[in-house]
Amino acid sequence: MAKPEYLHFFIDPNRCIGCQACVQACTECDTHRGDSMIHLEFIDRAHSVQTVPVVCMHCEQPTCAEVCPADAIKRTGDGVVQSARKPRCIACGNCVLACPFGVPEVYEDRQIMMKCDMCYDRTSVGKKPMCATVCPSQALFFGTAEQMSQLRPLSRPVNRFQFGAQTISTRVFMMMPETLVSRRPYIDVTAAMEDKARERAIALTPVDAGDPFAGVEV
Amino acid sequence: MPERALRQTAEWWGTAKTSFLFHARGIEHHSNGVQNALGTINLVLATGRIGKPKSGYGTITGQANGQGGREHGQKCDQLPGWRDISNPDHRRHIAGIWGIDEPDLPGPGVDAYELFRKIDAGEIKGLLSICFNPKVSLPDNGFITRCLDKLEFFAAIDFFLNDTARHADVVLPGSLQEEDEGTVTQVEGRVIKINKAVDPPGDARQDWRIIQDIARALDRPHGFTFAEPRAIFDELRRASKGGVADYSGITYEKIERQMGVFWPCYTEDPESGAPVEHAGTPRLFERGSYNPVAKGAGPFYFADGKARFNVAEYRPPVDDASDDFPLYLTTGRVVSHFLSGTQTRRIAPLIDQYPEPRIEMHPRLAAKLGIADGDWAIAETRRGRITLKAMVVSTIRPDTIFIPYHWPGEKSANQLTVAAQDPISRIPQYKVCGCRVFKAGGAPAYAAVREPQQ
Repeated sequence: MAKPEYLHFFIDPNRCIGCQACVQACTECDTHRGDSMIHLEFIDRAHSVQTVPVVCMHCEQPTCAEVCPADAIKRTGDGVVQSARKPRCIACGNCVLACPFGVPEVYEDRQIMMKCDMCYDRTSVGKKPMCATVCPSQALFFGTAEQMSQLRPLSRPVNRFQFGAQTISTRVFMMMPETLVSRRPYIDVTAAMEDKARERAIALTPVDAGDPFAGVEV
Repeated sequence: MPERALRQTAEWWGTAKTSFLFHARGIEHHSNGVQNALGTINLVLATGRIGKPKSGYGTITGQANGQGGREHGQKCDQLPGWRDISNPDHRRHIAGIWGIDEPDLPGPGVDAYELFRKIDAGEIKGLLSICFNPKVSLPDNGFITRCLDKLEFFAAIDFFLNDTARHADVVLPGSLQEEDEGTVTQVEGRVIKINKAVDPPGDARQDWRIIQDIARALDRPHGFTFAEPRAIFDELRRASKGGVADYSGITYEKIERQMGVFWPCYTEDPESGAPVEHAGTPRLFERGSYNPVAKGAGPFYFADGKARFNVAEYRPPVDDASDDFPLYLTTGRVVSHFLSGTQTRRIAPLIDQYPEPRIEMHPRLAAKLGIADGDWAIAETRRGRITLKAMVVSTIRPDTIFIPYHWPGEKSANQLTVAAQDPISRIPQYKVCGCRVFKAGGAPAYAAVREPQQ
């Protein structure tokens, strides 16, 4: 079996409400019970409540596999990068350091790396990954490109990422505002690391900048 | 709130073609919570955005069946079908359904907090509670703990031994939603079905079976002889018939078929009395709609069918910020825990997500107090004090601190909250009281001890 070619995984961090449902759903999977393979990160909790779900992006040329000295990370014919093969993985953590998206994790107690495999047992038979089945806001969406463009007419799927000199293409798509994509059809990840989280969820015109509580005394 | 934010919101709200106004506990948990809700309803009425597609108003409830419970008598001044226990017609109707004499129906009871004041005064001596954890969930919970120990007899029906049930003389192991069957009503008035997934473990039993057994043991089985949840629901359907929240036409089959049924849903046309196959009412207050109060005169619940604007006068909170307690304490929830934490404080991945309460404070307040993110800090009100780690974030007002309430004992935010209540709804004022904060000398003793369920 293979993941049907017409089904894709779309991540739309703009829509993430931080509810943790994806994390709980992932945690309950029998293949890695108790551990979540999806990471739900605050971008900068000190200044924003914005969260972003991080799944394996399933690179065309997976850096994690390229740096693995034990050849423990395999990519299936349909482009899904698997978790480490148990007999091979030596838990060296090379993949953890090398992954541009920060996805793999080494579990010291079990001496193995584990990561998101897009629920291959499910997606390979046309079912949605667990996280996408529970996401209430479609920040995690598994379906056809047509469905996605109907749902999000103002966004475009992007699967090219720039990490310094390294260009990466992925199987998983990130939804970006159309206005940005038309200017630059890829995501410059290293440049984005310099961006500061916007302090307020609602942008107020005309005075957007500055402390919204400037008038409140302590 | 900055004035420009208010003006911008009004600009967006006023010029929108359609709108939905939702609020949750934020504006309700005040001693003027009803005034706050009336203010928002006035906005909805003034803009005419109710009873129309893509428009309306709703309060998001804190529990799965918060809506259904409040429609049918969970509050002890109500009767099924959104009826009033003080209304003679309503009393006669329900007494007829239940096969009892109207005088045998009690009058309105007291709210959950007043119950404890009556225990304190010696007027209430025994308590049977179901899924109730006031030691965590009610304000000024030092008072609650003293009252629990004053009871002559206390029996608790609960699925886990919660912090309150530890005071009980008898604990009867009840059931979780997953171990029973029934319906819940969502915020939009849609009745949905809950199916049993697993059997209660060991000696645990469904709550309704326990209550029926108690009734039998008291030699008063009348009305407590149901064989299954569906029979209970069928009685509710009959009892609610003719009321505002009319469930009479809702069946398990219709719920399955329609993915839920919106009340009112009739078995007989309310105007002609003719039998009718009714799908339910997805939108309330539509022009030309019928309700048993207006009887066709108009869509709203007044005799003339017209809505009313209510003057929502501002009252300052009880125990407002003052020179001695210059900050506002507000309490609430975090996404990883549910209510008093009886369920979620036992689940390891949820504990990992949010292991203990913290005091959220603005960087400017933290700088003034000399507190850094992760430092132990003490928050103090007129009721008590609590020592927790500080969480310094600019997503809160500089003159306000936030503490989530899901924990018991020394980690309980409700040691600090004030037992003031709204005079109409009787909801407690969890969302504001005067408070002061200072840096702690070191970690509290509890920091080295794990909770029993951990």
